[in-house]
Amino acid sequence: MFDTREVALPDRLRENDQLRQLADRFRPVTMAERQLLPVADALVPLFPGGGLRRGSIVAIAGSAGGASTSLALAVAAEASGQGSWVALVGMPSVGLVAAAELGVALDRLAVIDTPDRGNWSSVVAALVDAVDLVLVGPARVRAGDARRLAARTRERGAVLLPVGVDWPEAPDLTLTTSATRWEGIGAGHGHLRARRVTVGAAGRRDAARPRSVELWLPAVGGGVASVTAPTVRELRPLPAVGGT
Amino acid sequence: MTPVRTTVVWCPDWPVVAAGVLPHEPGAVLHANRVVAASSAARTEGVRRGQRRREAQSRCPDLVIHDHDQARDARAFEPVVAAVEGLTPLIEITRPGVCAFATRGPSRYHGGDAALMGLVESVVAEVLGERGEVRVGTADGPFAAGVAARRRLRAARLVAPGESPEFLTPLPVSLLDRPDLVDVLERLGLRTLGQFAGLPVSDVVARFGPDGGAAHRLAAGLDERPPDARPVPPSFEVAAELDPPVDRVDQAAFVAKSLADDLYDRLDGMGLACSLLAIRAETEHGEVLERRWRHEGALSVGAIADRVRWQLDGWLSGSAATRPSGGLSRLVLAPDEVRAATGRQLGFWGGQSAEGERAARALARVQGMLGPDAVKVPEWRGGRDPAAQVVLVPAAAVDLDGPRPATDASWVTAPWPGHLPSPSPATVLADAPLFAQVLDSNGEPVGVSGRGLPTAEPRRLAVGRVGAPERTPVWHDIVAWVGPWPVDERWWDVHSHRRRARFQVVTADGVARLLVLEASRWSVEAVYD
Repeated sequence: MFDTREVALPDRLRENDQLRQLADRFRPVTMAERQLLPVADALVPLFPGGGLRRGSIVAIAGSAGGASTSLALAVAAEASGQGSWVALVGMPSVGLVAAAELGVALDRLAVIDTPDRGNWSSVVAALVDAVDLVLVGPARVRAGDARRLAARTRERGAVLLPVGVDWPEAPDLTLTTSATRWEGIGAGHGHLRARRVTVGAAGRRDAARPRSVELWLPAVGGGVASVTAPTVRELRPLPAVGGT
Repeated sequence: MTPVRTTVVWCPDWPVVAAGVLPHEPGAVLHANRVVAASSAARTEGVRRGQRRREAQSRCPDLVIHDHDQARDARAFEPVVAAVEGLTPLIEITRPGVCAFATRGPSRYHGGDAALMGLVESVVAEVLGERGEVRVGTADGPFAAGVAARRRLRAARLVAPGESPEFLTPLPVSLLDRPDLVDVLERLGLRTLGQFAGLPVSDVVARFGPDGGAAHRLAAGLDERPPDARPVPPSFEVAAELDPPVDRVDQAAFVAKSLADDLYDRLDGMGLACSLLAIRAETEHGEVLERRWRHEGALSVGAIADRVRWQLDGWLSGSAATRPSGGLSRLVLAPDEVRAATGRQLGFWGGQSAEGERAARALARVQGMLGPDAVKVPEWRGGRDPAAQVVLVPAAAVDLDGPRPATDASWVTAPWPGHLPSPSPATVLADAPLFAQVLDSNGEPVGVSGRGLPTAEPRRLAVGRVGAPERTPVWHDIVAWVGPWPVDERWWDVHSHRRRARFQVVTADGVARLLVLEASRWSVEAVYD
């Protein structure tokens, strides 16, 4: 039904990366499991297939204060900016300003209070039905609920992201943050400007081979960027002012 | 097509009247923090539609505020319609507060337009009593009649047959009730309806689309109904037998929802949309109740269901005199007028999209499970704290399908000196800040002097729960810190005055925290997670 051959672009435009990306993005994709939700360029190497696979469970792990919340928001940001809805369940203390700075569209974000244990799985299931990205915060998840939610997610083509949750089943992909280092702040001068984080990814099937990237999360000016040399110079602590 | 001579009955500020505010009391009805309608007493104090709650209250401190409830508006309007129905059948309700009927027959029966208008005014005034006023206007076509009803002079509310175009010519374009279009027209220098009507219709349609074309017809005093309004085949009627008979609104509304879905699907399959909906109910004692609801555009499935629910509410919760004597045994929805569905183009990016609708439905379901306040959506407010810059408002109070300017950072125009530099913390503990202890190299607590300088360099940090600071704390070494950033807020108010000093502190494990020192107590306000 669809002509899936690559659209023949004039030679003059072939060089233009942006156009090629657009062509890629709009090429009809037929197989459901191949359907991807976009992620920011810097995060692409973490995901087999280059994006969030619809119907998958992507767990985000990491110690408290170790960038896991920022990573979860950054993973959701690109798809949110392109029209997907994002729901946060049981994450009452997420910094919404930080979410906006990382690129999450606030007009497509809903924050749901922590449901009590009896309601938890039915609330998450209702959201998975209609919302593309469902981020769930710490909760005790029963194995049966986890299996049912995984099936529901696969069927509806959503992406479920447990953040700091002890997920009883093996998720399709687990992202782990480590070795965080803040830049821009000194002893009594400067201020927090950017953070260097190593993010590792491991999972099942084609994600079995562990991958890892070094990221600025957040980068200077917001968002997420892969670590490249020149930014380091910019990020030395600002010199102390006056004779303190 | 000559417009049908129409009389419009308009009750000004209907939401306020329905909320039970008397005209001489200052009262307003708010939806999503914006004024929807205000009583005349409030208006003389400067309260206007579209103002925020705080702005309205600052203009008029003793303003009584009610939440907007369209079902209440419709329920309160039902006696008015019933009174007008005593004079003439086939009344079309445009929205609660406004209804219209064709005058040809009734005016001949009652002895002319002026006599009919006087009669309608007196019966409605009798129903309303002290609660509100009513204005009646007659002209060719519902739009001109609606404009005529808004005239201040009673004599100006009757426009002679054939004079509607001249009547409309000098009036401002803002009467068209299409804010975007009016904005463009005014910037183009077209300030009156006559100037707009003077443009060639093909140019208007080419530039503004079908909706602009419809507005152009209105401005020219023509019938708003497009020439292709067609008779409706009877097969479009949908009906449900209610067995056992239903006398509760929620049960009837449940049936109404599925009927609305059914009707919408049938029309949609033919490329049609309904613009005039007749709601008919029969009771077990053989009474037949009927009301017709008009919509300027096309009724969506949600709009159909809403109108049916409001109408049923009006019938079943009315006073004992007007209430049907038995339960409803049959409910019929009939589209009395359809038009080609020019299509509500779903947005490609943003705006109205199928995804937005699905999400809104799912959120409504979750609200059903957890309660209306459990689902919240963010809005920018502005402030110095991460928690105050974006606040959460209940999704139930927000129209998720409409444009929501408050979700864009540009909504906040004030500079808020003293807010934190970006990046902002990803975890904000505003509701339950953690207790903290900060020590210098000698083991002494660190403070901030009156000149805004730290008493010593902070070296070690311990974090614990509020109320349990004595348990052996876990100490972290501080590797980088900056501060204090003093914040002195609301010094003019004894009760909400806060004087704080904020620090950003990075510990050896790579965790950055926002610490606050207030009244010699340290706490963790946010974690840069």
